[in-house]
Amino acid sequence: MQTSIINLQHLVKKFGKQTVLKDVNMNVLSGEIVGLIGPSGAGKSTVIKTTLGMEVVDGGSATVFGETMPNRNLLANIGYMAQTDALYDALSGRENLAFYGQMKGLSPSELKREIKHVAQVVDLTKDLDKRVSGYSGGMMRRLSLSIALLGNPRLLILDEPTVGIDPALRRQIWAELGKIHNEGRSILITTHVMDEAELCDRVALLLDGQVMAFNQPDVLKMQYNVDSIEDVFLKAEGVQ
Amino acid sequence: MRSIAIMKRVLKELLRDKRTLALMFVAPVIILLLMSFIFNSNSSTNVDVATVDLPTSLNSNIGSTKHVDVHKYSTKKSAKKALKDEKVDAIIQKKGNNYDLTYANTDSTKTAAVKQVFSASLTKTNVSTMKNQLVTTTTALAKLTGQTAPSASSNVSTPKIHNHYVYGDKDTGFFDKILPVLMGFFVFFFVFLISGMALLKERTSGTLDRLLATPVKRSEIVYGYMLSYGILAIVQTIIIVLTTVWLLGIEVKGNIISVIFINLILSLVALAFGILLSTFAKSEFQMMQFIPIVVIPQVFFSGIIPLDSMAHWVSDISYIIPIKYSGDAVSAIIMQGTGILSLWPDILVLLGILLVLTFLNVVGLKRYRKV
Repeated sequence: MQTSIINLQHLVKKFGKQTVLKDVNMNVLSGEIVGLIGPSGAGKSTVIKTTLGMEVVDGGSATVFGETMPNRNLLANIGYMAQTDALYDALSGRENLAFYGQMKGLSPSELKREIKHVAQVVDLTKDLDKRVSGYSGGMMRRLSLSIALLGNPRLLILDEPTVGIDPALRRQIWAELGKIHNEGRSILITTHVMDEAELCDRVALLLDGQVMAFNQPDVLKMQYNVDSIEDVFLKAEGVQ
Repeated sequence: MRSIAIMKRVLKELLRDKRTLALMFVAPVIILLLMSFIFNSNSSTNVDVATVDLPTSLNSNIGSTKHVDVHKYSTKKSAKKALKDEKVDAIIQKKGNNYDLTYANTDSTKTAAVKQVFSASLTKTNVSTMKNQLVTTTTALAKLTGQTAPSASSNVSTPKIHNHYVYGDKDTGFFDKILPVLMGFFVFFFVFLISGMALLKERTSGTLDRLLATPVKRSEIVYGYMLSYGILAIVQTIIIVLTTVWLLGIEVKGNIISVIFINLILSLVALAFGILLSTFAKSEFQMMQFIPIVVIPQVFFSGIIPLDSMAHWVSDISYIIPIKYSGDAVSAIIMQGTGILSLWPDILVLLGILLVLTFLNVVGLKRYRKV
């Protein structure tokens, strides 16, 4: 639980004249679930894009597995799930998995095993050969998550994985994340849902391009002297 | 390896999109058929010819030709009125020793028919006249030892034919001429549009981001697209070539493989172009907006419209139009049977454009991932 998987130091990111990230400091340790919460427009997606190396920092440093991002080869060890499902509708679930698996560089034998495994994890085994266009919203979300799980990545980066899905499914996905967590893998997750934040090991409050608070949920509640993360959030926002 | 996987995926998606497939493969065939009907419809058309002051023998020779009706007019004026009223399609008038031909030319096939009939009839009449004169000459020769020969030949000296066109000029009928360009245009248009849309969809649906969150190289994505659309363009070109050869009966003098090869390069240019421009479009509708700006000018400068008559600075634009090069090359192959090796300047320019656009695309993807 000691090594830093993700380490963001004094991150600054500008788009044109607008400074989206002013000074972001946070890290994700090995085997830890870190929640990133904040209002829309606070820069959550930018933090994620910078961590993935899709954007280059204008200041500070972003390292993943000890290497400075952007670094293309490191991406093989990162499972990424975006806000949108990002699936190919015309293909079946299996074909989607196979395609992304090939992109991640899995060998054909690994691919077969992995598809079987991740389909089981998200409970899609019997729908795997249906076209995605015939999937329900929840099935698409689960398939999207299973793509992120392909290849057993040491780090998962999930951008609002539970947005727009029903409570049963949300609980199911969190159960999965719990399992991954127990295997000692790290997860960085952004969310709007405050009770999800309580499930994280540590929570980072991102407000106006800065990390206002970064600690365990219980510690945060004590610091702000409130009962829930939601209140922490509201109070932090009020302070601004 | 990843390029192959991307190629397979793109092809799979396309094969399941029946409407798009129909657009790529059936639409060009229908349009070509329609165009050939429109341009070449009445090849056995009936023409009405007005004749003024024509020798009787010539007149009857023209009139005896199939599908031709001769109307005699005593003055040019009345004949012209008939031409204007669309009662006749052409006027043939003898002026001294020469012939004046005036065509309505609203239908190029009728003009061509009149021209052909007239020259055939004239030859026929001349031959019979010559025959008669030859007899006279031979009899005279027996008497006067050759002195009448020059005067006889001056009698049948070939008359000059003056052609006049009410509308257009002698090049008006041009379906055959534009066909090679048209072929390239179909390939360019459909590949440009469909590939542009495909990449746009990848971007808006988030699959491009997700793709770029894997260790795939940017160039591998571009090559994967090139492979899949290259295959598609080959199939499309084969269909178009077979349509033109079998259905429209157009003669291809050169090698069909060469035609396909040139169109393949053009399709890759169109693909690279489509991908490049799709990055400037936010939606499918914005992609459509490139059609009047980017695709239509391609037609103007492709060689369908003669460039020599334009101002220099205007015609110079054609040098950056890819369809011009493919059109020139394919025209040469189809009409003159030119070998592919002697078309290297056109091919080189196309490959150059392709190289630049591909490079720009690989660099352009940096917008979405910095490595």
